[in-house]
Amino acid sequence: MEIFVQQLINGLTLGSIYGLIAIGYTMVFGIIGMVNFAHGDVFMLSAFIALIFFLIFTTWLGISSVVLALLFVLVIAMVLTSLWGWAIERIAYRPLRGSFRLAPLISAIGVSIFLSNFVQVAQGARNKPTPPMIGDVIVLFQGESGYNVALSYKQIIIMVTTAVLLTIFWYLVQKTSLGRAQRACEQDRKMAALLGINVDRTISLTFVIGAALAAVAGTMYLLYYGVVSFNDGFVPGVKAFTAAVLGGIGSLPGAVLGGLIIGLIEVFWSAYFSIEYKDVAAFSILAIVLIFMPSGILGRPEVEKV
Amino acid sequence: MNAPPITTASAESPALPNRFDLTAAIKDGLKTALIMLGLSIPILAYKTDQSGGDLWLSPRWGLVAILCALVFGLRILLHAFMATKAAREATPSPHQATEFVHAEPNAFQKTSRFAIPFFLGVALAFPVIIYFIQGGLNESRYWVDLGILILTYVMLGWGLNIVVGLAGLLDLGYVAFYAVGAYSYALLSTTFGLSFWICLPLAGILAGFWGMILGFPVLRLRGDYLAIVTLAFGEIIRLVLINWTDLTNGGAGISSIPRATFFGLPFTSGEGGFAQTFGLEFNGMHRIIFLYYLILALALLTNFVTMRLRKLPVGRAWEALREDEIACRSLGINTTNVKLTAFAIGAMFGGFAGSFFAVRQGFVSPESFNFLESAIILAIVVLGGMGSQIGVAIAAIVLVGGPEILRNLTFLQAVFGSGFDPNEYRLLLFGAGMVAMMVWRPRGLISERSPTVILKERKAISGSLVKEGHG
Repeated sequence: MEIFVQQLINGLTLGSIYGLIAIGYTMVFGIIGMVNFAHGDVFMLSAFIALIFFLIFTTWLGISSVVLALLFVLVIAMVLTSLWGWAIERIAYRPLRGSFRLAPLISAIGVSIFLSNFVQVAQGARNKPTPPMIGDVIVLFQGESGYNVALSYKQIIIMVTTAVLLTIFWYLVQKTSLGRAQRACEQDRKMAALLGINVDRTISLTFVIGAALAAVAGTMYLLYYGVVSFNDGFVPGVKAFTAAVLGGIGSLPGAVLGGLIIGLIEVFWSAYFSIEYKDVAAFSILAIVLIFMPSGILGRPEVEKV
Repeated sequence: MNAPPITTASAESPALPNRFDLTAAIKDGLKTALIMLGLSIPILAYKTDQSGGDLWLSPRWGLVAILCALVFGLRILLHAFMATKAAREATPSPHQATEFVHAEPNAFQKTSRFAIPFFLGVALAFPVIIYFIQGGLNESRYWVDLGILILTYVMLGWGLNIVVGLAGLLDLGYVAFYAVGAYSYALLSTTFGLSFWICLPLAGILAGFWGMILGFPVLRLRGDYLAIVTLAFGEIIRLVLINWTDLTNGGAGISSIPRATFFGLPFTSGEGGFAQTFGLEFNGMHRIIFLYYLILALALLTNFVTMRLRKLPVGRAWEALREDEIACRSLGINTTNVKLTAFAIGAMFGGFAGSFFAVRQGFVSPESFNFLESAIILAIVVLGGMGSQIGVAIAAIVLVGGPEILRNLTFLQAVFGSGFDPNEYRLLLFGAGMVAMMVWRPRGLISERSPTVILKERKAISGSLVKEGHG
């Protein structure tokens, strides 16, 4: 029972990170119908940006409050990663509108390979550990066998940040004119353009928002695991894509729900079955979901028009 | 009919519309350089160094400045180029109305007729040429090894080309079949003592079988979902190879795999060996040269089978499927079966290449079969021009051989410092190359297609007129 509660907490934390990445996948897929394969590597890049700025703030500028430093890091990482997201869309995806169907995916694979190796060349191939950030925990209750169920401050920060940013983001998509433009482009790009929406700009902004949320996920990932390496983008990226597909690709609540489910499955699988096969579990779920229910939990079934 | 008026000369032509505007170009260049600065601020400007658990930052602003200046210069050059290109396009050429379907064969097409025998001749004579250049068997070892490596990738590229280029199915998990082939040979030979010549077809059959098993459930999916699922399968197979230690010895891999024999004659110095039977002096290079011809034969077999299959109904169905799946379905082609044959045949050649890999290395481990390997093979196919056999071969030579040759150029080390290793930048260039190819030449380097159905005479079709992958 204690183990179950503890794993539930861990799973929700991990799931909120996956959910944040999954939103990037699902939004891009919703608006231009491509699998942004490079999104996982954008996430990894943002973790590196966060790491470097965290070091700058703590060691050079001498900000002693970790929470304050983290807040600055989060904002800067979001801004700079958004710039990357924008640049990637501008260079690698925008020229391909109207090209053959697999072209954007191949281009995205190229971007993915480029980014992970760029970081490898620029920062070195070794794992980068951060100085310990926040180690305190709250013991929720103690089991009979002496197993403490603990909720760490890190996990609280991660869940609260995720919840706050998701609310802001939800407001942005549901209530602002930008969100309306985006939903209009999702439904019919040509018609939206005819009605005076700048489609290119809207698509760019979608990438920017996706990258900013990936940066939040990257910062939280760094905070949670305290280590990052250049090939950390691939597996979380695939898992987040699985989450997006599971929740129903194109659906924003679906992405968050899918992220939480994937996080819980991963954690419980590791705890109760085998830790070696946890990635196999995630990949299998991806294959099974795509084969048997490609529209996911909350998605709409896709109608193919000739 | 409002065809553009054909002006003879530029005697009275007004000021060209897109004149090179220096201030605008500089402004734009500065903007781009600023974006470059923003992109490189943390990642390039500070390098995280570490010793033990400590991390510290070492600034590299010089590098950032060089890169920003480079981007600025390139952007201005691009502006200048676009201005002249715009000027060229503004003056209509007399032949503008004619389409280039019936264009005369261009210089490339004329030379390509001789290119194939030429490449084949070079490939066949390669060990001999190297022998004379390097002046000895042992001295030529490095180059023959490189030749084997390149040919392995040529073969893998041709195998994947059946799936990606001909049938239009993006397979991101091709390396899984390579792994199945390699492990088939490794396990069959180490546990049952079967010889390479029995294992080679078995490995191919097993890989093809796996292709069918994996392909059957997924081939109903649309293009990009299919790609992701094949990626997932590739990773699952690798993770199973790592974790199923009873069978595969896990991450440590399988070592001391028996070596290939010359149709039963082992390459040993003693009694009954290859050298003694043919009355030669024993040399370890005999085996390497034999391996070279073996992979050459396997690669040519792949090519031959592919070319023949293209002319069969199934091959035509592949290409039709690539062009328009819905039309195929309405014409009564069983798309799932057609895709499955492409998948299985591609997998089979991957399996052959895998068992060759195992026999050459004498050692297999799951780390040789990661996603990056799939991506490299895919890059070869994409850069070579999907569907073009010679293009794939050239891309494999350039992408695999290129970094090796660059490494041997000493002047590069003088420019970039002594620790310069082009192999580090190989994948960086692969990634950038894939993007650039999709942006500029989505049909690949060799973008022409030779149709398999011919009426009276053979004509090359420009790749841009082939509408691939819709539907």
